Amino acid sequence: MKKVYQRPRSLRDVPMHYCPGCGHSIIHRLIAELLDEMGLRESAICVPPAGCAVLAYYYLDIDMVEAPHGRATAVATGIKRVRPDNLVFSYQGDGDLAAIGTAEALHAANRGENITVIFVNNAVYGMTGGQMAPTTLSGMKTTTTPAGRNPRSEGPPIRVCELLQGLANTVYLERTAVNSPANVMKTKKAIKKAFGVQQKKAGFSLVEILSPCPTNWRMDAVASCTWIDEVMAREFPLGVIKEVPC
Amino acid sequence: MNKKLMYGTHAIGEAAIQAGCTCYFGYPITPQNELPEYMSQRLAEVPGGVFIQAESELAAINMVLGASVAGARAMTSSSSPGISLKQEGISFLAGSELPAVIVNIMRGGPGLGNIAPAQSDYFQATRGGGHGDYRLVVFAPASVQEMADLTFHAFDVADEYRTPVMIMGDGMLGQMMEPVIIPKPRKGKKMPEKDYILTGARGRPARLVKSLILDTKDMEEHNWKLVRKFKRIEERETRWEGYMLDDADMVVIAYGTAARIAKGAINRLRREDANLRVGMIRPITVSPFPVKAIREAAQTIKDFFVFEMSTGQMVDDVRLALEGQGTIHFYGRPGGVVPSARELGRSIARRYYQAIRKRKQ
Repeated sequence: MKKVYQRPRSLRDVPMHYCPGCGHSIIHRLIAELLDEMGLRESAICVPPAGCAVLAYYYLDIDMVEAPHGRATAVATGIKRVRPDNLVFSYQGDGDLAAIGTAEALHAANRGENITVIFVNNAVYGMTGGQMAPTTLSGMKTTTTPAGRNPRSEGPPIRVCELLQGLANTVYLERTAVNSPANVMKTKKAIKKAFGVQQKKAGFSLVEILSPCPTNWRMDAVASCTWIDEVMAREFPLGVIKEVPC
Repeated sequence: MNKKLMYGTHAIGEAAIQAGCTCYFGYPITPQNELPEYMSQRLAEVPGGVFIQAESELAAINMVLGASVAGARAMTSSSSPGISLKQEGISFLAGSELPAVIVNIMRGGPGLGNIAPAQSDYFQATRGGGHGDYRLVVFAPASVQEMADLTFHAFDVADEYRTPVMIMGDGMLGQMMEPVIIPKPRKGKKMPEKDYILTGARGRPARLVKSLILDTKDMEEHNWKLVRKFKRIEERETRWEGYMLDDADMVVIAYGTAARIAKGAINRLRREDANLRVGMIRPITVSPFPVKAIREAAQTIKDFFVFEMSTGQMVDDVRLALEGQGTIHFYGRPGGVVPSARELGRSIARRYYQAIRKRKQ
């Protein structure tokens, strides 16, 4: 019988701690599949974040180093400058990248560091229990915005891809989602492209992935996927935000 | 060996290059800017050399972490307020057991303070500085030559024990010029193989470098492991200099620039017309602190005069080392004030005569 589906070599055979309906496990699997398919498992070095995905190093069977909260792109910069031939990518949440780590991300992008950022946007701080993130939508209730995020006092959500778009050295920026089979496939393609950009030593690439967090959104898994389409993707439009031919 | 006239900061930079440092990350702050400037030029000449002027101290220390885990010898430098910002990264380096060399050219504080030489970061450097149970190895050079020698040595210590190491100078040492012989790499020096670095999991199991240990028993064991490591460092790496101790009735304890001034003061006091029998113990490692040297001195000497360019920080370590033996006298000049040898000498002499009078009573 022909095997049509199996665990990627780059994914460890262990149960994941993620909540039911969470997007991290899908994104982990996509990365693992791509590392296998592109023959990059033995070249990859990943910098996971502080946040839900901090334990990514128990799931991806590749070299990993933990960074302080928000500093993943600075750590990745140090690694990549020493090992320019390795595939170096950070995996960061919205709080990690767009709040505490904004300066590091922005400047790594501006320097055109030849790294890839997998940016998981679920509009909340997941690990700490659902507080407001820089990407929390206006009016959205979180544990620290019980009346809903007020854009006049808390600011509107930050669109990271659009923020980085204007920097000359960003090469590839795409926003995708993992809320439907079609979007999952698009996400895989986007990550593949980003890794490809890095292999060509073309510069900074980032894939922003809208990812469901049913637990902190107080929704079930199906409603979370619908909410991404109907609400989140309106604030954060999907698609290629920037692509410099390389 | 070529003797060259060099700034303290440049001597640190050149010694780092000779020690095999290929990565420097930093952020401008006075009075240490000459070091990143020197590194920006020199690392461009070194194969594989990496120099980045980072967007912040936070970014700089984390770039060091990245370069270190990738296997390079990496360094950053700053001055007091910038070193405060680096503490997060230093704690992560210590927790993840990654080697790195951090240079602090201290200035007056707290807050923005000023840009004059000071020794007010002693607590921060020797008590961990960042969060969590760890100790930093801290060298305190007192001359441009020592800045070069200790920086060179610091890279070996960092690699051998997998620990961050600090070079703690001050604005005076950083900015002054002295003749110096830059150490050259010795052939055949054996360093432990870096079997933890990330190179991609080719033909070996994947590696993981981290400081997150959720299991409390494992975290406890990790803490004790760091303690054992520091004990080993204490036994093997503690350094100090004794000066005119043989016949001394009083010992001055000072480090760095303060020790230079103290030496001048002692030389004045030992002139024949005064002939005060004063010696000095100068900690070269302030962490680990030369406890044994002070305890041994306390068997014959009863008066210890601690001089710091601070309100009194190292004096706590002297007190701990003496365990109630002897009498401690303290003279401190914080805020960037650098007293002259004559001024310090007067203060030492006053305490010396008081001590003699007390003994006679």
